[in-house]
Amino acid sequence: MTETALRTPAPSRRFKIDMRALSPFLALVVLVIAGALINPDFLTASNLTNVVTRCAFIAIIAVGATFVISGGGLDLSVGSMAALVAGVMILTLNRIGTPEVSTLALGMLAAIALSVACGMANGLIVTFGRIEPFIVTLGTMGIFRALIIWLAAGGTITMRNLDLRELYRPVYFGDVFGIPIPVIVFLAVAAIGALILYRTSFGRHVIALGSNEDVARYSGVPIWRVRTLTYVIQGICVGIAVLVYVPRLGSATPTTGLLWELQAITAVVIGGTALKGGIGRIWGTVVGAIILELVANIMVLSNFVSEFLVGAVQGAIIIIAMLVQRSLYRR
Amino acid sequence: MKMTAIKLAATAGLLAGLSTAAIAQQKNVTIGVSIPAATHGWTGGVVYHAQEAAKALEKTYPGLKVVVKTSPDGASQANALDDLSAQKMDALVVLPFNSDELTDPVRAVKKRGTFVTVVDRGLKDPSIQDIYVAGNNPEFGRVAGKYMADTLKQGNVVVFRGIPTVIDEERVTNFEKALAGSGVKVLDKQYANWNRDDAFRVMQDYLAKHPKIDAVWASDDDMALGAMEAIRQAKREDIKFILGGAGMKDMVKKVMDGDKMIPADVSYPPAMIATALFVTAGQFYANAPMRGTYVINAELITKDNAKNHYYPDSPF
Repeated sequence: MTETALRTPAPSRRFKIDMRALSPFLALVVLVIAGALINPDFLTASNLTNVVTRCAFIAIIAVGATFVISGGGLDLSVGSMAALVAGVMILTLNRIGTPEVSTLALGMLAAIALSVACGMANGLIVTFGRIEPFIVTLGTMGIFRALIIWLAAGGTITMRNLDLRELYRPVYFGDVFGIPIPVIVFLAVAAIGALILYRTSFGRHVIALGSNEDVARYSGVPIWRVRTLTYVIQGICVGIAVLVYVPRLGSATPTTGLLWELQAITAVVIGGTALKGGIGRIWGTVVGAIILELVANIMVLSNFVSEFLVGAVQGAIIIIAMLVQRSLYRR
Repeated sequence: MKMTAIKLAATAGLLAGLSTAAIAQQKNVTIGVSIPAATHGWTGGVVYHAQEAAKALEKTYPGLKVVVKTSPDGASQANALDDLSAQKMDALVVLPFNSDELTDPVRAVKKRGTFVTVVDRGLKDPSIQDIYVAGNNPEFGRVAGKYMADTLKQGNVVVFRGIPTVIDEERVTNFEKALAGSGVKVLDKQYANWNRDDAFRVMQDYLAKHPKIDAVWASDDDMALGAMEAIRQAKREDIKFILGGAGMKDMVKKVMDGDKMIPADVSYPPAMIATALFVTAGQFYANAPMRGTYVINAELITKDNAKNHYYPDSPF
């Protein structure tokens, strides 16, 4: 499933790799059982739908992060970028103002264009500036965040046209055959992401780059182009996440998307992607994002954790989940 | 904005220098204002009201210069205080980021003979300040609790907490104290970090967990807006109203328009920085004693008085 261009897995290895890919799903099952034991309301359709819908933003962004991280990079700017793109999109919608589908289309176009530009900037500075991605994206994180604060003058950017807001609202709150639209979007994004990462030469180049840059270079992988493109893909994913984020509350504030970068990275790592690069698991990432949201949900639904200790229990659950996964594939 | 602040500071310094040489016909006074940068709604309001008050005061009192400096964190606020005192100011109005970090820098300013007004967050050593203008967090919780008890008489409420801080603790404990003995019970309390998205998800979870909720104390307007969206999605009819707090213009507008879900709000006005500026200016221009502590009431905003709390031009 995740063979690289450089490595053919030996049959003896195959079993281990499968366990490793499977373990996030097992952790998910365990969590669901735990949730059901803690509060019977946990298993209601409406609660589970809420949780899966809510994790859509992080899941979509994390699919992009899977590309960046498995290619040996890191993007800390995604949360700020999401806030900036959401702000600019709402300002564009307000500027045009008419409650028509064409207005929405233009706003969406502006959002995607800006997020591609932001991702491109990250990618170009990392590749051509030859600076550590941690530093570059830490810098752009500050820049994007400051820009949204400046645009909002510290306040809130809100969609002013109420008719337009009603027109757009179903993109978060609507469903097709009972499946919420954000869930459809993130499944589509993950499917396309998996297709690109596992079935194209570009995907194999990303993995090659992440496992060993020098070897990849000598094997003729166009390092610079591949690396820049991973950041562009991350940008596009942030843009798509914003498209489903904006209709929910119809506003962007300077605190929008705060710490999303950490959640996305956590989802990627829970999903089994190696933080040092070379291994990428799109579906694991999606499960990782769901696990993160489930843990938060179970905390609120439980009656025995004091609100002061929620953070500690959440952290412990994530670490235990990782330990269980690790013990599964070590054997 | 920063540039203009620096330019203003430069001109102020220049003017102060000139004034000592020239014959002072009018009373020349420089007031330095050090506040947090607009990183969220409430501080955005503080910056707006500081600038508005500065303009109004300079117009009223020719010879008065007000220099507004914003800082993104505690350490840079300490630097900003150094810069301000380097240009010979007569008074400092400061809204400190936190008590621990800024007590000593403000003390240093005080030692140079500057008149000091502290706003909202107190310093560790209250003897430094000449004037203290403060919001009333215990009162904020009490007013909200009393409103809940009076309107509901009987029922269940869920509570949103902000970020774990003294402010939040004072608000919530006094809210609960005000409910004690009434028929209103707190079903649940969770942190939502004064953030809309977090409030949305916590409200969804509250709705899944509790089959009957009578009212929501969001304790903050941003959180109220997030919670409102979750309630609307769930189409739950049992929730009678949401009570926010702070006095964000969108929420005050809803109160003014008679929104059923938002019948009231509790004020915690960022405009208290303007109060501090006017009182400080009074120290120099009014022939009256000004030193003291001013506690701004946390008021219940209802349809009748919403007009007085509505600032349509403020970003907050």
